[in-house]
Amino acid sequence: MSAPLLEVAAVTCRFAGLTAVDAVSFAVEPGRIHGLIGPNGAGKTTLFNVISGLLDAGDGSLRFRERDITTLPPHARVALGLGRSFQNLRVFADMSVLENVLAGRHNRLKVPWPASVLRLPSARSEEKAAVARARELLAVVKLGDKADALAASLAYGDQRRLEIVRALATDPMLLLLDEPAAGMNPTETAMLAELLRSVRGGGVTILLVEHDMNFVMGLCDRITVLNFGRKIAEGTPKEVRADGNVIEAYLGAGDVARFLEGARR
Amino acid sequence: MPQWLDDFLWAYGSFVYGLGVNAILGLSMYAVLALGQLSLGQAAFMGIGAYASAVLTLKFGAPFPLVLTAAMVAPAIAAMIISVPTLRLTGVYLAMATIGFGEVMRILYVNTDYIGGALGLSGIPEKAGGSIIFGLLAVILAGFLSATRSKIGRAFEAIREDEDAARAIGINVGAYKLSALVVSAALAGLAGALNAHFSSFIGPNEYGFDTAVTILSYAILGGVTTPLGPVLGAVVLSALPEVLRPLHDFRLVFNGLVIVLVVIFLPRGILGLHTRRVG
Amino acid sequence: MLAQQLFNALVLGSVYALFSMGFTLTFGVLRVINLLYAFYVAAGAFLSLVAVRDFGVPLWAAGVFGAIGTGAIAVVCDTAVLAPLRRARAPELSSLIVTLGAALLLNSLMFLAFGAEVRRFPATLLSQAPIDLGVLQIGQIQLLIIAVVALLAALLFLFIERTRLGVAIRALAENPEAAALMGINVGVMFAGVSFLAAVLIAIAGILIGLNFDAVHPYMGEPLMLRGFAVVVIGGLGNIRGALVAGLALGFVEVMTAGYLSSNFKDAAGFAAMVITLWLRPSGLFGKAVTRRA
Repeated sequence: MSAPLLEVAAVTCRFAGLTAVDAVSFAVEPGRIHGLIGPNGAGKTTLFNVISGLLDAGDGSLRFRERDITTLPPHARVALGLGRSFQNLRVFADMSVLENVLAGRHNRLKVPWPASVLRLPSARSEEKAAVARARELLAVVKLGDKADALAASLAYGDQRRLEIVRALATDPMLLLLDEPAAGMNPTETAMLAELLRSVRGGGVTILLVEHDMNFVMGLCDRITVLNFGRKIAEGTPKEVRADGNVIEAYLGAGDVARFLEGARR
Repeated sequence: MPQWLDDFLWAYGSFVYGLGVNAILGLSMYAVLALGQLSLGQAAFMGIGAYASAVLTLKFGAPFPLVLTAAMVAPAIAAMIISVPTLRLTGVYLAMATIGFGEVMRILYVNTDYIGGALGLSGIPEKAGGSIIFGLLAVILAGFLSATRSKIGRAFEAIREDEDAARAIGINVGAYKLSALVVSAALAGLAGALNAHFSSFIGPNEYGFDTAVTILSYAILGGVTTPLGPVLGAVVLSALPEVLRPLHDFRLVFNGLVIVLVVIFLPRGILGLHTRRVG
Repeated sequence: MLAQQLFNALVLGSVYALFSMGFTLTFGVLRVINLLYAFYVAAGAFLSLVAVRDFGVPLWAAGVFGAIGTGAIAVVCDTAVLAPLRRARAPELSSLIVTLGAALLLNSLMFLAFGAEVRRFPATLLSQAPIDLGVLQIGQIQLLIIAVVALLAALLFLFIERTRLGVAIRALAENPEAAALMGINVGVMFAGVSFLAAVLIAIAGILIGLNFDAVHPYMGEPLMLRGFAVVVIGGLGNIRGALVAGLALGFVEVMTAGYLSSNFKDAAGFAAMVITLWLRPSGLFGKAVTRRA
């Protein structure tokens, strides 16, 4: 049994008196699609920000690929293979679709900057390869024909896919997706699920936050549930659906019916 | 050299050289503004370069290439030092910290007799000619244009649009900010040294708040979508008061008005309307 | 000697505090570092000076005229220059830059109109004979400064903390969108805050003009630069912080001049500001923020 790809240990995050994440621990196994769910305000995005390095882990620690990354800056984590997308769309609006994906390639472009400025052959061929790879990725999500369009001009669903593909361009081993299906209709959601399965098939582990229960239950191998910053349950979709704590946490949120429905199936 | 050019330079040399120097200052501002950082230390760095170069020439008789190199290295070191407290700052805080830095430097100059105190330094030999100034400008501009079309330019724009998203895709934002500040400082210092060596006099009040604002106005007018923007802005704002002679007294008024109008009506500057970042 | 130094520090600090309270009020509510404030300092002083010299108006009335006149100018500037940016939801830096331009414009116009010569308030306005207390001498002007600033600070605190309008202003500072939804007329409030802040700053200008016996177009710049230091140290948007830090800066400057070196007293504030930005950017009274670089 191989070691977990990501180990989150007792991570705590406080903002001006409010404890957003309270001693949360869990592990993500390689090759899985791991879900992180919980009612609004449960601390999921904050936890993502800690894992990707935008926030401190408090007293806790993080291990990725069996290395301690607790104090590693964000770009170094990306270099190790940790990629992420954001909950509220953060594509680079003034850049083209292709440029957005190329920006994602940045960390993998190793030619030193003088070569870039002087336009040496090494820089030019690296750039060509980057563009080729970017177009490949865009084709996978069917955005190839929009490569030169301004990112801001894209439809919402397209921008969401762009954000994911930009994260994929960083060649991640673990991909953190924060509500990738938000605002998508059922057709788009199904396409997204297919995309994520093929991404996993390509060897990328996925940790995703989502509110769409059908999506999560149908896609994830394992689920961790948070509420008020604490972990309240963990297990397979079936186990989590039947867990009393989870049902209680979602009481009144309108998802109860779906839970009970799911438990009955 | 054709006679008309010779005559023109004799009469307007100072002005023409000034255009070149201001263009370099515009590029110095571009380096940081293209990252979305409002660092207003260019005037202070210019002062460091000017004073360092004047001292080396006047008191040590150093050869000019060495003088110019020192004029770039000294502010670069100063930039690395002040980056320690300022790199984590954003927007308003950075602007105020750099203005504060400029003021501290000015007080230092006024109170240091070795460099002339309040009277400044005069009698600096005229070693900076058109070919040096515009030659350097051309090389620097070419370098910037090439960089902005490459992955470096993409990283800059990504950082300007959304720092955290840039971090999340693996761009080392801290390293870019530091590099931009150092390059900005070196260029400003170079401009200061060139300026000192054709206007033959420098004083502590030339590198304060007003100068910092003027340099900013070059970049605002021209926009930062391309390095050509601040260069164009510098040329226009420096040349206009000369071309329209009656406007000379109103130069500062005009600069101020330009900034206000451009920010409100043309947020991307003159060139922003017509060019997106190329590449 | 020490007593005199402390008293001078109190006077100087009071003026710094007054200016900074207005400055920080604008930042807290309008979210803009308004570089026009240096201009308002001079505007207040000049308006009062003109009222006294050319119209023979008594000082207190000239002061009111100067303050309200400057307040009106501030409202015009806010409407012409800042309101369009707010409507366009421009980034914070745009506001700073545009006030930079407007300040350059107006300062230069004032310079062209009035020239560089230093003018003075008539010496007959206030009794020049200081009150002699042995260990220290208290000038009438200095007493006036302390009294005016203390009064204004008290009124400002009462207004902000106790009145409905004050609560509305604080709501606006916390969350402009929510405040608008609650029926607060945001546009009028912004104009009102601009007016109020400018009034405070104009009065600071008049007091400075009286204390240092000099009125000229660029008199506001040193005050504004110190204002940066004070509001950063006190916490941007925090009025209490501005008051405390302003007084502290006055103290630091006078002590530096008296016991260390008078050449470098001007640098004391900036040095303190840079140190504060390094160690605790949110200032002494601001909320601490935990972020990585």
